[in-house]
Amino acid sequence: MATLELRNVNKTYGSGLPDTLKNIELKIGSGEFLILVGPSGCGKSTLMNCIAGLEQISGGAILVDDADISGMSPKDRDIAMVFQSYALYPTMNVRDNIAFGLKIRKMTPAAIDEEVARVAKLLQIEHLLGRKPGQLSGGQQQRVAMGRALARRPRIYLFDEPLSNLDAKLRVEMRTEIKLMHQRLKTTTVYVTHDQIEAMTLGDKVAVMKDGLIQQFGTPQQIYNDPANLFVASFIGSPPMNFIPLRLQRQEGRLLALLDSGQGRCELPLGIGEAGLEAREVILGIRPEQISLAAVEGNGLPSIRAQVQVTEPTGPDTLVFVTLNQTKVCCRLAPEFAPQVGESLSLQFDPARVLLFDAETGERLGRGRAPVDTVGTDNIAQFRGR
Amino acid sequence: MSTIAVLNKASPLDALQRWLPRLVLAPSMLIVLVGFYGYILWTFVLSFTNSSFMPSYKWVGLAQYARLMDNDRWWVASKNLLLFGGMFIGISLVVGVLLAVLLDQRIRREGFIRTVYLYPMALSMIVTGTAWKWLLNPGLGLDKMLRDWGWEGFRLDWLVDPDRVVYCLVIAAVWQASGFVMALFLAGLRGVDPSIIRAAQVDGASLPTIYLRIVLPSLRPVFFSALMILAHIAIKSFDLVAAMTAGGPGYASDLPAMFMYSFTFSRGQMGMGSASAILMLGAILAILVPYLYSELRSKRHE
Amino acid sequence: MSSSLAARRPSLSRLAVYATLIAACLVYLVPLIVMLLTSFKSPDDIRTGNLLSWPEVITGIGWVKAWDAVGGYFWNSVKITVPAVLISTLVGALNGYVLSMWRFRGSQLFFGLLLFGCFLPFQTVLLPASFTLGKLGLASTTTGLVLVHIVYGLAFTTLFFRNYYTSVPQALVQAARLDGAGFFTIFGRILLPMSIPIIMVCLIWQFTQIWNDFLFGVVFASGDAQPITVALNNLVNTSTGAKEYNVDMAAAMIAGLPTLLVYVLAGKYFLRGLTAGAVKG
Repeated sequence: MATLELRNVNKTYGSGLPDTLKNIELKIGSGEFLILVGPSGCGKSTLMNCIAGLEQISGGAILVDDADISGMSPKDRDIAMVFQSYALYPTMNVRDNIAFGLKIRKMTPAAIDEEVARVAKLLQIEHLLGRKPGQLSGGQQQRVAMGRALARRPRIYLFDEPLSNLDAKLRVEMRTEIKLMHQRLKTTTVYVTHDQIEAMTLGDKVAVMKDGLIQQFGTPQQIYNDPANLFVASFIGSPPMNFIPLRLQRQEGRLLALLDSGQGRCELPLGIGEAGLEAREVILGIRPEQISLAAVEGNGLPSIRAQVQVTEPTGPDTLVFVTLNQTKVCCRLAPEFAPQVGESLSLQFDPARVLLFDAETGERLGRGRAPVDTVGTDNIAQFRGR
Repeated sequence: MSTIAVLNKASPLDALQRWLPRLVLAPSMLIVLVGFYGYILWTFVLSFTNSSFMPSYKWVGLAQYARLMDNDRWWVASKNLLLFGGMFIGISLVVGVLLAVLLDQRIRREGFIRTVYLYPMALSMIVTGTAWKWLLNPGLGLDKMLRDWGWEGFRLDWLVDPDRVVYCLVIAAVWQASGFVMALFLAGLRGVDPSIIRAAQVDGASLPTIYLRIVLPSLRPVFFSALMILAHIAIKSFDLVAAMTAGGPGYASDLPAMFMYSFTFSRGQMGMGSASAILMLGAILAILVPYLYSELRSKRHE
Repeated sequence: MSSSLAARRPSLSRLAVYATLIAACLVYLVPLIVMLLTSFKSPDDIRTGNLLSWPEVITGIGWVKAWDAVGGYFWNSVKITVPAVLISTLVGALNGYVLSMWRFRGSQLFFGLLLFGCFLPFQTVLLPASFTLGKLGLASTTTGLVLVHIVYGLAFTTLFFRNYYTSVPQALVQAARLDGAGFFTIFGRILLPMSIPIIMVCLIWQFTQIWNDFLFGVVFASGDAQPITVALNNLVNTSTGAKEYNVDMAAAMIAGLPTLLVYVLAGKYFLRGLTAGAVKG
């Protein structure tokens, strides 16, 4: 299995048009699972096509096992791809679909048969070998598409939103299967998705993209707990992070955020003491699961009374919406608490978990100080449990 | 390292693959440039020369066009085109739309009926012209049949009547092409959202009203497609004239396409013939360009 | 849209609809019936009877004479049509393939230029084309005519395939490229097998156009090499002696039967060809 490195890759479609990819820098080791995630139009599919050689990069280099493959044609790169639409050859049966690439590479018929059998067993599609793609269900087609890629035993696997066309239940099943397969085969993989749950559960490394730029590259935990900017913070996490725009106050040398729920006020002391911060418009970020009901005995955490506007019982939790500083704020509470609309709750915040963003640039302020502690791991665990 | 060097170099086969698409398209590109545009240009140039039996390249300016304007036969041909074209397009549209609307009423054996309406399109205009020439034969054709059936004194000699011969062309052309209009509109009708119809019915509209006021207006694009193609057929009409009347009697049923052929190849007037061809091109462009322009504009609005 | 005019009982309006449709059927069929009837009559019969009268004696003399007159040219038409149809279809398919799957700078412009060819009034190219054929030594030959039909059929055949291939997902070609297939392999092993419907449309359309053509035939191949349409016209319109309408009609049937047969057997492809051209237009 190979290492993959993207050095300063950029791509433009023509003079005068804005760059589709800007200065992409990524590096993954052998056997790692990289996720490219971002909204539509962020350039993730273009980047994938460039890695595959289906499109040419305008600048920079793509290196596989430290060798520059930027000038090579797709068939020489030893890369296999699973497409969103599966792209199975409609006039051939499943066996021929899987064998096509092997035939082109002039493998002997015996070797081809062996390979097809191995892959079919792995993906449990042996009973489908004689059928044509038109006779298969979506999930079956997806497996055949994976089989086609696996049979080639390439150095790198590319997946372009392979689960997007499946229904929700099948998507969850296939996601687990892909994860299991990766654990077994230890294949170097690049996986594109717009679904942030897939990004968090499948990846060893995640690159969040927007407008052709990598917003942040790191492990899922890093992305979740230590987002580099507003976009990353808002993109990852469901329900999304709450953002409260406000202006900080400085009292006795410490910075405070003032929260007002209409029924009460509280002060959040924030650790960073940079001069001049109180003059700036900032955005306070706090995840719904980081707001909890205030403990009966005071535990020193700042708390505030707020009126419940909306409740959404989801099964595993209850989402409660309140208003703070005229902004709608979502709190994730345990399902046993089923507050009524209009009821007043006492909510508490942990200032250590709160994030600050510059309102203009979206950059995270005071980055690098967020601790990766047990609280953080629990949050990831609750994703994995789903 | 040698491995890097090997992996870096694109094989010569790769270069071929990159150029293959262009190579494959190249012959057609050549054909288009020469056979379409090059030839048009050539004809254009010829129209400014004094070519007669053989091409010559002596420049005479707009003399050929002037001769064209002075030529009574050309005027007859042009007027005929307007008359023929107008009637042909108009009647074909009406007949075609009517048949399509009727066929849309969940008719039994619809497929068979459609096949009958459309089969004339599969015939050559020569065959059509020959058949209708016989049908409209003054003395032995339809008029004799009707007389035999009891309608005494019925006469149908349009084919030899200079004032009415164009109608014969129209009849044959409509017979050939109206099935096509029917097919286009039937396909269009099938694409109409049935809930619009139901809404109108609930509103109390009668079926004819629904068709006239709601359905047909929504088929404007189909209407324009049909118009374009019928106009194209009309302007290019040569086979039909050659078979039915050869432009006669005299040149009463002449059309520009016939005129061009006649003057260029029979009468050795290449210059004038070329000029007439260029004018025909102008006529087509006059219809095509506004249509394309409006299509492009509506696309940009979407 | 399928709301019917009435319920169970055939209402007056429904009867009127059927009546109109059937009457129209007759109008469309009568010329064909007349042609057939006339072709099997003797010249005397034609003079004494009328268009729809049943023959006194059914005789095939018209057909025999017609075949004598135009039969040879029937084979000319075959010699011209078959190669022209096959070659223009193949080139159109390749062009369509390139234009939809391997776009490059200028390919869209080329397509636009090509498209105009669908509207071209051929009168504008007749003279230069005949000069060229003369220079190539192909004047008045079936080969020359084949060449002309290929050149001027390219616009439609390319249009058919290009439009068809735009509905084939690009991912299919990309997957094949990753599998290692080259330009022609992808065309031959993947796209062509999928193209059967449009190949049928193209073949039938081209067959009908080229077999039925008269203009190119009369300009470029008068004489021995002329197609049957030209022969038919000569037969019908040269008045030497008494007109033999039975021969004329039989000859018209001979000229028209091939395309008519193709239409009856494969009409839906014919229709698709007509509407495909119209939709783009």
